[in-house]
Amino acid sequence: MPTIEIASKPVTVNDEGFMTVYDEWNEEIAKVLAAQVEIELTPRHWEVIHFLREDYKKEGESSTSRHTQTVGGFPIKEQFELFPKKPAKKMSYIAGLPKPKGCV
Amino acid sequence: MRKLLVLGGGTAGTIVVNKLAKKLDKGAWEITVIDQDTQHLYQPGLLFLPFGTYKPEQIIKKRQSYFPKGVDFIQAQIEKVDPDNNKVYLADSRILDYDYLVIASGTTPRPDQTPGMSDPKLWYKSVFDFFTLEGSIALRDALKNFNGGRLVVHISEMPIKCPVAPLEFTFLADAYFEKRGIRDKVEIVYVTPLEGAFTKPVCSKALGFMLDERKITLEPDFVIEHIDAETKTMVSMDEREIPFDLLVTIPVNMGADFIARSGLGDELNYVPVSKRTFLSDKFKNIFVLGDASNIPASKAGSVAHFAIDLFSENFVEYVEGRPMKHEFDGHANCFIESGHRKGLLIDFNYDVEPLTGRFPVPVIGPMPLLKESYLNHMGKLAFRWIYWNILLKGRYLPIPSLMSMAGKDRVIKIEKEIENAHN
Repeated sequence: MPTIEIASKPVTVNDEGFMTVYDEWNEEIAKVLAAQVEIELTPRHWEVIHFLREDYKKEGESSTSRHTQTVGGFPIKEQFELFPKKPAKKMSYIAGLPKPKGCV
Repeated sequence: MRKLLVLGGGTAGTIVVNKLAKKLDKGAWEITVIDQDTQHLYQPGLLFLPFGTYKPEQIIKKRQSYFPKGVDFIQAQIEKVDPDNNKVYLADSRILDYDYLVIASGTTPRPDQTPGMSDPKLWYKSVFDFFTLEGSIALRDALKNFNGGRLVVHISEMPIKCPVAPLEFTFLADAYFEKRGIRDKVEIVYVTPLEGAFTKPVCSKALGFMLDERKITLEPDFVIEHIDAETKTMVSMDEREIPFDLLVTIPVNMGADFIARSGLGDELNYVPVSKRTFLSDKFKNIFVLGDASNIPASKAGSVAHFAIDLFSENFVEYVEGRPMKHEFDGHANCFIESGHRKGLLIDFNYDVEPLTGRFPVPVIGPMPLLKESYLNHMGKLAFRWIYWNILLKGRYLPIPSLMSMAGKDRVIKIEKEIENAHN
């Protein structure tokens, strides 16, 4: 896995740029990752990101859009407004979590 | 007597009682299967029924005739499971005790989960599913009367039962309209919430090219919000619109409602289990087999079959207090019909995506992987006989339960080949 530098910290990522080490993430890194996908983080974005981080710790895998809606209380429609076009993918990317299993 | 209750007598439930009836001591175990009806559907056949390849009577058999001697069958609706007290409540108010419970109640399409989808103006008039017998038959009649226009094939949300089925349907529809001489009057659009034609990258690329070759438009990243019945239009969460004349959709798939009532499921009523042993995360005497669990594998009969081979070995050890030594790797093996009497074969697991190469099958010989061939099409058709006569009865099938890399090509070589073949 390649290591790159984000917000002057070394970060391990996979070939799609998703972070692979949970504890390497911090909020400064999240801001840089968000800018990569052209998103400026508002307080509501942070609520989603913190939910995703906590949920991952509990469940051991990245939340799907439906799980984020049902358990986190963020309607899918709103997820699309906050993280346009590919919300599930962008949310995990910014939160430093693996890409959610598109399922099989 | 120790009691084993199996909830659901479909593919997984039937295979598991056949396997366990052979392995467990008849004098010491009482095995009971519960299902709400007596029709066992050969589900892969539902794909072919709309095109007239199969007739309904070829894909339905009596459930009970596939259970081995000594296994009891109860036809009843399940009200709920009380896992703290090892009891199952039936809708007819009977209460059953168990020492061990196997949940094999599958997954079903829920058109009511998408606003507008089950609108009586549309449902089974211009919007169809094909994962139910009624849907598949209604679609057969609609296709017969369809003489041109926009056919949209659509997946609502992952996971779905048999993730390759909607692609196969699309390929078969292309061939079907060509045969009828009206392909140029039909526009075919494939709409998916995924980023590409399939979930796994190499396969997605190969299947994406196959859509291109057939002049089928791919609309990725489409998460449906509702269907407008007046204008016959699908509208996505980000307000994209796709109109249709005929919509063949895979509705949201969910596990059984009794799972939600019992507090056993996640947000789609799937029961969280170990993906290696299928033991419930919460209860030490509950296992979940087939589509009803949350394991990150395809919801497909082939996965259930490989999984149960290992599970039945484990179960006899587990009930004697010994550790479960056989761990499942997520092995799946599917034929993909591509129309014109051809098909592809894919073979993959939790960690290895479907690759090209050859799949060694004893006697039949090597079958090409991820490449169209007549042999793979014949394999798919032959599978109906294998299903009724070997698979359900838990008889020996010469395919290993864990995936093997024998015969498979490596990713870099394949990506080049796919591109060369299509350029």
